[in-house]
Amino acid sequence: MTVRLQQEPFDAATEAAALTRGRSDIGAVVTFMGICRGDENGEPIAALTLEHYPRMAEAEIARHIEAAERRWSLLGVTVIHRYGRIVPGEDIVLVVTASSHRQDAFAAAEFLMDYLKTRAPFWKRVERASGGTLTGSWIDAKSSDDAAADRWVKPRGGREAAE
Amino acid sequence: MKVLYFAWVRERVGKPEEEVVPPASVATVGELIAWLAGRGEGYAHAFENPRVIRAAIDRAHVRADASIAGAREIAFFPPMTGG
Repeated sequence: MTVRLQQEPFDAATEAAALTRGRSDIGAVVTFMGICRGDENGEPIAALTLEHYPRMAEAEIARHIEAAERRWSLLGVTVIHRYGRIVPGEDIVLVVTASSHRQDAFAAAEFLMDYLKTRAPFWKRVERASGGTLTGSWIDAKSSDDAAADRWVKPRGGREAAE
Repeated sequence: MKVLYFAWVRERVGKPEEEVVPPASVATVGELIAWLAGRGEGYAHAFENPRVIRAAIDRAHVRADASIAGAREIAFFPPMTGG
């Protein structure tokens, strides 16, 4: 598993290639990128600034990757989460999962993203571009994100529940 | 113990971290929040709605009824908005 927190942009293709290089057991790679939109609740934004709790963020992401590895047959996982100032169009987060067959890679990537949204210690502050002056405010957590994470707690198809 | 604050909790308290020595009667995370809220205007504002405050002890999520005995680092923050 690879977990990186960084200010710099990442290259998704490079990260996906690194997971599969020299291997013939991987049959599926799912790559998810979260990208900074240019609006928040219909209002244009100038940028997002992501604050994080450094050592806890790494530990929490690693813990959820371990949970995913217990639940699905994974052959590799990479998670990269950026922090600092990010402008619309730039990437924020990358999740790459590799498995023999696509179902495990798809499910694990979705599981990891749902948990990153609600359990990884990151906070987004938005810079609004309004009337030539910048005003900022913290983005509120969404109940829809909590619901998305909660659905993994329920046992599905006899699989063990997530922690 | 070391207390850390993040996002708007940090802004309202006015500092990212500090060492605190709560009285022995403060045994849980919830009691520590109540004690911190009494330390001044910024703290009172940060902790005015304890139900929305999330906490971690030594970098693991905990609930308000968790014991703070033996904790080296306690963090307080709003609900997370990563990803």
